[in-house]
Amino acid sequence: MSAVDAEIGGLVARDYKEGFVTEIDSDTLPPGLDERVIRTISGKKNEPDFMLEWRLDAYRRWGSMNTPEWAHVHYPPIDFQAISYYSAPGSQGDGPKSLDEVDPKLLETYEKLGIPLEEQKMLSGVAVDAVFDSVSVATTFKKDLAEAGVIFCPFSEALQEHPELVRKYLGTVVPQGDNYYAALNSAVFSDGSFVYVPKGVRCPMELSTYFRINAMNTGQFERTLIVADEGSYVSYLEGCTAPMRDENQLHAAVVELVAMKDAQIKYSTVQNWYPGDEEGRGGIYNFVTKRGACRGDNAKISWTQVETGSAITWKYPSVLLEGDKSVGEFYSVALTNHRQQADTGTKMIHIGRDTSSTIISKGISAGRGQNAYRGLVKVLKSADNARNYSQCDSLLMGDRCGAHTFPYLEVKNPTATIEHEATTSKIGEDQLFYCRQRGLSEEDAVSLIVNGFCKTVFKKLPMEFAVEAQKLLSISLEGAVG
Amino acid sequence: MLTIHDLKVQVDGKTILNGLNLEVRPGEVHAIMGPNGSGKSTLANVIAGRDGYEVTSGVVTYQGNDLLELAPEERARQGIFLAFQYPVEIPGVANVYLLKEALNTVRKSRGEDELDAMDFLKLVREKLQLLEMKEEFLYRSVNEGFSGGEKKRNEIFQMAILEPKLAVLDETDSGLDIDALKVVANGVNALRSPDRGIVLITHYQRLLDYIVPDYVHVLADGQVVRSGDRSLAVELEERGYGWIEDHAGDVAGAQAG
Repeated sequence: MSAVDAEIGGLVARDYKEGFVTEIDSDTLPPGLDERVIRTISGKKNEPDFMLEWRLDAYRRWGSMNTPEWAHVHYPPIDFQAISYYSAPGSQGDGPKSLDEVDPKLLETYEKLGIPLEEQKMLSGVAVDAVFDSVSVATTFKKDLAEAGVIFCPFSEALQEHPELVRKYLGTVVPQGDNYYAALNSAVFSDGSFVYVPKGVRCPMELSTYFRINAMNTGQFERTLIVADEGSYVSYLEGCTAPMRDENQLHAAVVELVAMKDAQIKYSTVQNWYPGDEEGRGGIYNFVTKRGACRGDNAKISWTQVETGSAITWKYPSVLLEGDKSVGEFYSVALTNHRQQADTGTKMIHIGRDTSSTIISKGISAGRGQNAYRGLVKVLKSADNARNYSQCDSLLMGDRCGAHTFPYLEVKNPTATIEHEATTSKIGEDQLFYCRQRGLSEEDAVSLIVNGFCKTVFKKLPMEFAVEAQKLLSISLEGAVG
Repeated sequence: MLTIHDLKVQVDGKTILNGLNLEVRPGEVHAIMGPNGSGKSTLANVIAGRDGYEVTSGVVTYQGNDLLELAPEERARQGIFLAFQYPVEIPGVANVYLLKEALNTVRKSRGEDELDAMDFLKLVREKLQLLEMKEEFLYRSVNEGFSGGEKKRNEIFQMAILEPKLAVLDETDSGLDIDALKVVANGVNALRSPDRGIVLITHYQRLLDYIVPDYVHVLADGQVVRSGDRSLAVELEERGYGWIEDHAGDVAGAQAG
């Protein structure tokens, strides 16, 4: 490494607070993807036969698909044979039974991230299913949840303990062949979270998973499946962060939500994957498929996301409004700074009668960031009296960034009511001067104005997350003005 | 506390202030009057440190130091307050939140502790009363959807909280009906004190019926062309700015020659 590189490395490390690497032995497959790799993954996890068949089916579909190119993002072609599809912390076989058995270095990592499991256990009342690279290393609060009848465990464990539930719901919202990256995920997914909330149960705590990509050249392919049975309620928080690397890393996750009659799922994400450096070197490619289905009447699914990280974000958390009077919501803040690119939005598919959806999207572009909102509101013939309200606001900082809005509307039922509002504004010199005249520093002024801009979304986040999101925005925007 | 000597300022290459002199001592209220385009707002913005104003010559001293060296926030922390002619809207940011941030920043720079929530609320309520404002005002977004009068009132409310050493009020009276004008004037008068300087920039002498200044200066073509006491404003009202402008032409002509 040359002196200049070292210097740059030092600078970047300073800027990206979570940019450390944990040195532990990992059990990693060599790069490359073929049927053998899939059989190996499935074998290592001792999966039931149906799972292996499902994976192989996905792999075959993937082979006949092309990478999607319609998004407003640019990157060199990905060599899928150069990626390792499995990385687990060493000593496979028997997983840790309690926190004491977890590698202390892993626990240290979580502490650096501000999520000390021990403390979390005591203080915060949040159950954490921590996914480290591909294998879940610790799950807390299992007992409390078990008493309520809630299943919250690593996906691989669910396959062992509750294969019938997994089999019943897996792929029913995002089928294997849904899109290129969903197919890839279906073939090689390594772990993730599984949640089942039984009929009439209100989950006694917020469920939380912290994802983190650690090993070099590993793609992370988690699979999350959340099922809320009739009349139940669950709130799920997902936070993501990754160490700093010069290479790009692929993250292709799939999240499926199923809300039965009268059930409600609230899914919140704060995503802070490594965004790359100022010149656009390194960073995560975050190509994610998230979708929920309101299967029964009066079901409700709510997505809230704050996206500040990743070199490229490509994701559209969506809701299929199948049940009558079901409700879908999407609240999003997406920030792109330096050379980050985001193409994100949602799809609201109205199928049942009296269904309604709300879309609030706030895009912030700074540096040379490119930020696109892409959203589809589709009202099928069956969806009498469907209602949608969409609001897409863009905030620009500086004159080298871009904001783009691509709203799509497909309405096949004349009784639908659709409202769409969009605004684009520049962070005003006037606003900055006003705040500075009152004594605020320029950076505090920017953060105040941006947080004001995002307020309607932050209000939807659970308290602790809202605070973290505000801090993240401020950190991500450091040096964006002036 | 504020001394301006031979100040020349250009905006986009055009000279707006052309050799302005002004001296404000603690406890004094100065009214700056003048026709549109005479440089009144430019003066206010230069004192506050807004971008886009190029000082080509002259000296501005505040409390013995070179004011022009300081960033806008530094000036604010040292006690300079500008009541904006056009207060800016900041959607999603509660009025009370900006106020608290501002007050604590200013207090910190003075070496004082941040106010705790209770003391802050007490202070805020007291000042709300002074400006005859309702408490719900605190929780609305900064200036968003405010009427013209509410915006101006909000400026004086902020000033009352921040207790500046030098307050510059840029056409705070414009757009106010007579009742609102009285309330605002009451607020300003309550803030008059022996250690505070106030500069009132106004187009009309009407404001000076309610806030009686110690000095009145008339600005034309970027210079102070007449200074006097309160009676100058009255005379100006009777004779109109045309009288001054003719006079200013003489001064400028003499200088050019």
